[in-house]
Amino acid sequence: MIFQPTIIALLLAAGLGLAMLLAAAPFAVTVIRHWNIRSGSERQLQLERRTYLFSTLLTFVLAIQGVALLLFIFNADRMAALFVGAMCAVGTLNINPYGFPALFAQIAVFFLATVWLVINHVDTRAPDYPLVRIKYGLLLALVPVLAANFLLQLLYFLGLKADVITSCCGSLFSAGDQTLSANLAALPPEPALVAFYAALAAAVLMAGLHALTRRGGYLVALAAAAAFVAAIAGIISFVSLYIYEHPHHHCPFCILKPEYGYQGYWLYIPLFAATAAGLAVGALQCFRRVPSLAAVVPATTARLAAIAATGYLMFTAVATIMMLRSNLILLG
Amino acid sequence: MNIWIEQQRALIDFTLAALARRKARNLGLLAVYTLLVFVLASVALFSHALRHEATRVLADAPEIVLQRLVAGRHDLIPPGYLEKIGHIRGVQHVEGRLWGYYYDPVIKANYTFMAPGAGGIERGTIVIGAALERVRGLALDTGISFRAYSGKLYSFVVADILPHDSELVSADLVLMHEDDFRAFFAFPAGHYTDIALAVANPQEVRNIAAKLADALPDSRPILREEMLRTYASIFAWREGIVLAILSGAILAFGILAWDKAAGLSAEEKREIGILKAIGWETGDVIRMKLWEGVLISLTAFLGGYLAAYLHVFYADSMLFEPVLKGWAVLYPRFQLAPEIDGLAVATLFFFTVVPYTAAVLVPIWRAATTDPDAVMRS
Amino acid sequence: MLMIELIDVRKAFNQGKHNEFWALDGINLGIEAHRVTALCGPSGSGKTTLLTLIGCLARPTSGRARFKGEDISGLPERFLTQLRRRSFGFVFQQFNLIRGLSAEENVMLPAAPSGLPQQVVRARAAMLLDRLRLAHRRTARVEWLSGGEQQRVAIARALINDPEVLIADEPTANLDTTLAREFLAILESFAGEGRTVILSSHDPLVIQSAAVHRVIDMRDGRIVAA
Repeated sequence: MIFQPTIIALLLAAGLGLAMLLAAAPFAVTVIRHWNIRSGSERQLQLERRTYLFSTLLTFVLAIQGVALLLFIFNADRMAALFVGAMCAVGTLNINPYGFPALFAQIAVFFLATVWLVINHVDTRAPDYPLVRIKYGLLLALVPVLAANFLLQLLYFLGLKADVITSCCGSLFSAGDQTLSANLAALPPEPALVAFYAALAAAVLMAGLHALTRRGGYLVALAAAAAFVAAIAGIISFVSLYIYEHPHHHCPFCILKPEYGYQGYWLYIPLFAATAAGLAVGALQCFRRVPSLAAVVPATTARLAAIAATGYLMFTAVATIMMLRSNLILLG
Repeated sequence: MNIWIEQQRALIDFTLAALARRKARNLGLLAVYTLLVFVLASVALFSHALRHEATRVLADAPEIVLQRLVAGRHDLIPPGYLEKIGHIRGVQHVEGRLWGYYYDPVIKANYTFMAPGAGGIERGTIVIGAALERVRGLALDTGISFRAYSGKLYSFVVADILPHDSELVSADLVLMHEDDFRAFFAFPAGHYTDIALAVANPQEVRNIAAKLADALPDSRPILREEMLRTYASIFAWREGIVLAILSGAILAFGILAWDKAAGLSAEEKREIGILKAIGWETGDVIRMKLWEGVLISLTAFLGGYLAAYLHVFYADSMLFEPVLKGWAVLYPRFQLAPEIDGLAVATLFFFTVVPYTAAVLVPIWRAATTDPDAVMRS
Repeated sequence: MLMIELIDVRKAFNQGKHNEFWALDGINLGIEAHRVTALCGPSGSGKTTLLTLIGCLARPTSGRARFKGEDISGLPERFLTQLRRRSFGFVFQQFNLIRGLSAEENVMLPAAPSGLPQQVVRARAAMLLDRLRLAHRRTARVEWLSGGEQQRVAIARALINDPEVLIADEPTANLDTTLAREFLAILESFAGEGRTVILSSHDPLVIQSAAVHRVIDMRDGRIVAA
């Protein structure tokens, strides 16, 4: 394994997160079984007191996991210099079969963590802890996800050997093969462009509508998920071509490199933030009917929807500017 | 949103006043925290800058260097090899290089003698690197004698001195005319030390190396990209080792933070009780204490990082040079280019602020959950 | 109108342990609005505990407590604290001001979590200190103030959130006669402007004062006479 500070930091963060979650698990079980807001008993008072602790701890841990995603990708890109055949993060992630699964796990953790943080925040806005059982139930559901994340990262990092020759993004995204990535790369540009803009427009529209009218929350989440998929597909299929000014370079990771001015971050950060916000809107819709949250939920979802709309708008704007500025001519 | 901002402002106001009131206690922790950040940041900055310097320096090195091996040991390139390489597609330029080491008993150090292929040095003269200039007290037009391994003494006059900003690679360099070189070392005619090849397309380098290995089975191609990779690995590894050693310090710091946060004085406990009695919720107290942590962390982080930056880039990393540079007699003097790496900052953050916050969370909570009615009773 | 109602309220400490102690043992009480009510009794009678329950500082072990008709005995701490912050002001026997802060800063403290703009809170604090004739000591550190001045700062702090109910625990215990009379006059003016005042005392000056509308005698955790 490569004994590098950033890798140690990532493993520590994942391990710490998992440890804290496991420590909170018995408490979560107790809350789900014995929580009774009306009772003044010692046990209830103790539970109330301890929710402050676990709430704070878990917010801290999950916020770190959100940042960890960024760190993971940045690090994968940086480490490419250590491996034969690797030019970008793709090469680093391909060293052993755990690389890409670890990345996907981290992305899953990111989205689940942000949704949980939003639910936790809404719960704290009402004085009678209306969502406390659901919150801790979701936490228990998060344990296996974080465990998988930690395990995959551990296996990946332990299996990083500098003497393995890895492949470059050129082979992963070349148009000939039958893999998903290759198929995305092989999509003809015109229909891909249409689908891309259509999905993003739908997301912006739905989110904007919700921000104004507070209706259609579930649709916002669906549109967000669709937009996320369309955006990534779009990046692989044609946006990256414009950035590299090369008709066959489809890699979605190389745009994060310093050679391209770190442009990739301008695309990905708004996209991930917007998608997280959109998904959170959908999640909160389930709690619309809780009496003490009657005012809180619509206000929060409206704000989240505004964030989502802004994020998708930014993403579309940035992508379009990149395409217009590029010297590559792909269509007509 | 505004309400939240005003709330946090009020909490921060109180926190600042509270920190000012207990300067002595907080100053101790702040000092240790800053020191920790300073040490870790210095290591990271220094290592990163060195790596960058190495990369920059190697940028001009040939993509492939071919060496001949005899019984596993480096031997000279015999005549005819250059022709055998012939014309390989992708190779822009092939050059036989002449260089070797010379041990100077006067200062007990090794110089690198080289005859540059492009020439430009007259017979009887040498061009020297900065270290020689410094250590042997040489200057333009001064003379120096070297005793060859054959026993004979050769004299040279210094024609030029290599620029100082290339010191990292040229400090111990002595450039001379090819004929002088061959005479001095009794170098067999037609032989070379190794062969340097220039390749345009980086993706072709490995293919060409394979072809060379086929054409000349007793040779070994050394790739520049391999050297870069090795440097990067070594630096990363060294950083990791230093970090592992310092993990003890980080742990001790975590314990100190915990202790300080948990060991509230009677005065502090009373204050929190009062706050809760007059209407602060547990959450407000926790948030206020967290702001305290944030302010301390920010101050320590910025202060430590700034100090590390000055230490590494303006004070030559006095404290760490021996560990991270290696061991040699002739040290090139060079100025590292100041550079801040986002990844390193984030990693540093993970190793200092995160442990601190993790260590103080539970004590903060415990302090914040005191019963408000206890204040009435006191 | 009954501001505060207590129905068969009991409060125990260290419940379940060997030193279990019932501070309140069946209190039935109704406190009228806009009046000054005094709880009187020897130390250990439960006056302070009763004040904490009335003022939402603690929850009863059993029994019900109502504030303006609403049941507050089952509320979680967070709700209780918000209610307390909005509707109750406390003046403690030991004043309990925070040393190292100025009079003004102390007065502004209870308003910090409410999220009001700082200027508004500051203006309100200045007005309160002015009304209690402490305007000239606004920026002085509280540890430099005299006993009477400290108490007035404590009163101003209790009023910063404009509460409906003012609760004072043994307010005249550390004051001389003149200051005690002054304090009672202030209480009277509060009742006059529509606030409810509840205090505990065993000072005859307070109990027999005209400012106090009703005296409740307590002994051993029970009400003896109302």
